[in-house]
Amino acid sequence: MMSLTLVRRIKARPSIVFDAITTAEGIAHWWGPDTGPVLVAEADARVGGRFRVRFRTLDGLEHESSGEFLEVIRPERVAMTWRWLGGVEDPGESRLEITLRSVSEGTELTLIHSRLHDEVSRLSHEGGWAGALDKLERQFLQPAPKVRSPSAM
Amino acid sequence: MANYQDRLDRTFGALGDPTRRAMLARLERADGASVSELAKPFSIKLPAVMKHLDVLADAGLVTRSKSGRVVTVRLRPQPMREAMEWLRHYERFWSESVDRLVGYAESKETEARSKRR
Repeated sequence: MMSLTLVRRIKARPSIVFDAITTAEGIAHWWGPDTGPVLVAEADARVGGRFRVRFRTLDGLEHESSGEFLEVIRPERVAMTWRWLGGVEDPGESRLEITLRSVSEGTELTLIHSRLHDEVSRLSHEGGWAGALDKLERQFLQPAPKVRSPSAM
Repeated sequence: MANYQDRLDRTFGALGDPTRRAMLARLERADGASVSELAKPFSIKLPAVMKHLDVLADAGLVTRSKSGRVVTVRLRPQPMREAMEWLRHYERFWSESVDRLVGYAESKETEARSKRR
């Protein structure tokens, strides 16, 4: 099982961060790996509700991901399933969990994208993924310039 | 790029076994090892070792070369780089997205505070 974790501190109260994550209007402002536009943003933030985001990256390609909300606890936590449309990036279904914690300066956000490459990790499950890639990263790879070391676990 | 997912599947599949990961780690420390040297730390029989090596070779993670009666196994890290690169796509996606989320949420916070005054 492979996952990716990211933690950030934000100078905004949890309810504002939560709305930025769970409303179509909010999502349209930040979603995507570069400054390319968000073309479609839909979010029905309740358990069983769906989200769908379509965006264009600066290389001109369009990408779409969608999923279902599994947990919605305002303003603390949201969990959803995740799938890329067309399955180019990753054919399987993964899981996204975002937890917000109130801190003195505002909010500490923890994002975990897990079950990446799920079918494959299921096949090789007895091996156990925890730490494997992280270790291999340290063992085999020289740090690439201008790319931050992945926080893969 | 048609075989990209196949290659990733093979790489991740090969890496999903602790014995094979230990073999790779061993090969990383030494510049190549014979099959019997590789087999030594494991309480498994030679045919099982050969089977693991087949999986690693299929994934392109090791090469084998024969000189006389000795087969030397060497690490080939390229597929690993590709696997890491795949993971980096996600890392970049979230890192960049969350950077903008931070900017957006902080501007909303400033807005909310100025309204209150």
